[in-house]
Amino acid sequence: MSRFRIGFLPLVDCALPVIAREMGFAEREGVTIDLVRDRTWAAVRDRLTYGQTDAAHLVAPLAMAMALGLDRPAQAIGAPFMLGLNGNAIAVSQVLAELLGIGIEADARSLGERLAVVAKASAARGRRLRFAVVHRYSSHNYMLRYWLAACGCDPDRDVEICVIAPPLIADAFAAGEIDGSVVGEPWNSLAVERGDGVIISATSRIWSRGVEKLLGFRAEILDERRGEVEALLRVLYAAGQFAADPAHVEEVSNLLAREDYIGLPAELIARGLSGRLICGRGGQEVVVPDFLVLHGEAASFPWRSQAMWLYSQMVRWGHAKPTQEGFAAAAAMFRPDIYRSAFAGTGAVLPGASLKVEGAISAPMGMGSHGGRLVMGPDRFFDGRLFDPDEPFAYLAEDGITI
Amino acid sequence: MKIAIIDESAARAAVIEEGLREAGLADIVVLVERHGVVAELERLSPDVILINLENPSRDMLEESFALSRALARPIAMFVDQSDEASIAEAVDAGISAYVVDGLRKDRIKPVLELAVRRFNAFARLQSELHEARSALAERKTVDKAKLLLMKRRGVDEPTAYALLRKQAMDSGRRLAEVAEALITADSLLGGSI
Repeated sequence: MSRFRIGFLPLVDCALPVIAREMGFAEREGVTIDLVRDRTWAAVRDRLTYGQTDAAHLVAPLAMAMALGLDRPAQAIGAPFMLGLNGNAIAVSQVLAELLGIGIEADARSLGERLAVVAKASAARGRRLRFAVVHRYSSHNYMLRYWLAACGCDPDRDVEICVIAPPLIADAFAAGEIDGSVVGEPWNSLAVERGDGVIISATSRIWSRGVEKLLGFRAEILDERRGEVEALLRVLYAAGQFAADPAHVEEVSNLLAREDYIGLPAELIARGLSGRLICGRGGQEVVVPDFLVLHGEAASFPWRSQAMWLYSQMVRWGHAKPTQEGFAAAAAMFRPDIYRSAFAGTGAVLPGASLKVEGAISAPMGMGSHGGRLVMGPDRFFDGRLFDPDEPFAYLAEDGITI
Repeated sequence: MKIAIIDESAARAAVIEEGLREAGLADIVVLVERHGVVAELERLSPDVILINLENPSRDMLEESFALSRALARPIAMFVDQSDEASIAEAVDAGISAYVVDGLRKDRIKPVLELAVRRFNAFARLQSELHEARSALAERKTVDKAKLLLMKRRGVDEPTAYALLRKQAMDSGRRLAEVAEALITADSLLGGSI
């Protein structure tokens, strides 16, 4: 019997390890999963680093920061499996929602440009709008910056970006500490239900297949317990198949609602899980297609090009250096080799490549694969840019960054 | 060396502070409130920050460390990697530390070790307190069950106690469990004492 202790934060995209543990998928493969809940990414990271857990649900850039040694000694970390694409909403205070005058019905471009106008006016009056993200090294931070910058709003000058752990975001709205936030569910919905926040968009509107959470391991576990790790990945894949069935939304929501997982009402959790959001208290349901993708389209496959895109954003905002070695280290942290070895011959559809041009698919498209036909959904960035992993420096140059 | 202790539990912070003071470290501040903690740290500019691992403000603090020049860029925990064992021990105990870049390991290590001992002592005290509380609750349950038996069976207290004990021994359960079961059964059957 193999046992994995997995650290997580209470967020809807912790679903796969929870389903794997609770619905019998783990047991069937002879795997035991113990889940360790925390309230901050720092604690999840520290428990993984010092061996209190064997693996962790992590925002991808934080795992990358660990591997690259940003702010602390570098540590060998590997990510052979992704736990979900996107799943974060953009919410603002009631006051800012009224100032903007447009919300979820607007496309990312119109909304971003409107926000830029309001943000600059506020900054000119001596008070910059304050946006919370969940960690310095989070997809939330990089997606928000990408969106604002593309809409003419300098994320370092025109607004203030601060960090608040997900479970504290709704309280921060209530206390008037922030004007907006980018956080995973159900923490937006909680702010909405309390009447303190309004959802105006989602990260899926910025990048329709944005890289988000991964399952990170210390590299020595990947080496020493490879067979067990691969069994765990198959268990998570089965959990993903279960989660992807719309008929299971209620059951999964009830499970995640438990006090030891998320500890909020199932009705709130179902919103993020199904992409059927209530954007303001008492409002109508809005369907945001692909709000959160837990499974299918090789969503759990660790694309090295996605790691490289994240690295490009780290460079863009001054968190990392524009070097070939940096891009190589970021790409190497994602472990498609382990994913392939875990799923070879299982019937799971495996992409033929480990890199792709990010943002190039505008309509569902077949892709080179093994084990079955792989159809990829649209993965466009809202501004139509493309990230070619063969030309990362040309991409950086588009933003005026040169070596 | 200035040390800041950040903890949501004022009691635990006090226990750590006392330990550090006893060891001759006098320059210590304790921060319990979440609000304004970043501004306070910038004002105080400590060399070492001890914080409970699970503190909800850690992500926010780390962001401010990364940005702030006032703190002379403390690196997160852990002066170097050569002392992994004592760091792992701290994390096991539930503490994290942030240390100003350049502070010597031989200066930080005793502080960390002391904090770990105090943290563990506090956890022990808490579990003892918890045990004491449940022992008290159990005694009350047993008293209640005795009273019930005295009333229902018309026996005196020593006999009622003996009956409970015999039942506990025969069924291999604890006295308090038998007492609890008796009270539950009685209330289900409509009795009241």
